[in-house]
Amino acid sequence: MAEIIVVTSGKGGVGKTTSSAAIATGLAQRGKKTVVIDFDVGLRNLDLIMGVERRVVFDIVNVISGEARLNQALIKDKRVDTLSILPASQTRDKDALTKEGVGKIIDELSKDHDFIVCDSPAGIEKGALLALYFADQAIIVTNPEVSSVRDSDRILGVLQSKSKRAEEKRDPVREHLLVTRYDPARVERGEMLKLEDIREILAIPLLGVIPESESVLKASNTGNPVIMDQESAAGQAYKDAVGRFLGDKIEHRFLEPAKKGLFSRLFGGRAA
Amino acid sequence: MSWLADLFKSRKPEPPTASNAKERLQIVLAHERIGRTREDFLPKLQMEIVAVVARYVAIDPGRVNVSLDRGGDMSTLAIEIDLPGPPATANRRAAAG
Repeated sequence: MAEIIVVTSGKGGVGKTTSSAAIATGLAQRGKKTVVIDFDVGLRNLDLIMGVERRVVFDIVNVISGEARLNQALIKDKRVDTLSILPASQTRDKDALTKEGVGKIIDELSKDHDFIVCDSPAGIEKGALLALYFADQAIIVTNPEVSSVRDSDRILGVLQSKSKRAEEKRDPVREHLLVTRYDPARVERGEMLKLEDIREILAIPLLGVIPESESVLKASNTGNPVIMDQESAAGQAYKDAVGRFLGDKIEHRFLEPAKKGLFSRLFGGRAA
Repeated sequence: MSWLADLFKSRKPEPPTASNAKERLQIVLAHERIGRTREDFLPKLQMEIVAVVARYVAIDPGRVNVSLDRGGDMSTLAIEIDLPGPPATANRRAAAG
């Protein structure tokens, strides 16, 4: 039986797809058989972030409607052999997803995977509700910014009332906080919400803090999940987060501003 | 002269805004969380009240009304149970503030 993880946030543009790609790749790198599913029907992007956009033939909607078998739609990653990607449809609308259809796919994938990572679309409508419905665990992606924290709180409420686990009154979905785009220098200047403030407000266990980093854009430009860039702070932070998810004890890093040398202070250092 | 203006501007730092963000979030979320739990516990409360009252008096579970009104200063929880029987004893009302 696979563990089903939803990566969600309520708000758009906070890093759900970046995080889904990084975490799924990280789990696969640790030898876990992992599949990552794009639930953003009509606005698919996971394929681009994973660098498999030219290999998409069939998608999740084709599988639900019986036009293709699940195996035909799954794209095997060429970098990590325990990883595959199930793309969303780009031409259909989100009503093409049904609870029964998604349930069947998840059941079938559960048989031969360790982890199923569901990349949720923004919002709290059908696509987002279906992405979180079957979840055992939820990674809540939050930026240190008021609208993102508020929407995260809202999506936590949805998880606690509309997930399958909530409906069946089983143990609740396990929640994890993933703070992304964190800029310790701005926090130090009092311009950005502190990690401690976000933790206090949302009151769920912290999985990781991903520092604001130029490497995230570089990674998406080339279609490589940022976790593959182990030179970068963001890549290392995602690797730590995956380790913690699997139960490793790893201290949080990148919470303090990088100490700048004289050279970078004079010429303006940039976040790696 | 713009370099002069820049020089002075940089000497007067703006007040930090992060604490403002935290305060506003705490207030707005306190309100939104109340709204979220409101519908959730009332049906259960109603069921439990009916169960307790039914131990002492025969009542019609369909004729129980529980309502919660949250105001700025005061909130009211009203529980209305119609007791079957002769008209004189009907429409007894129990309320808690």
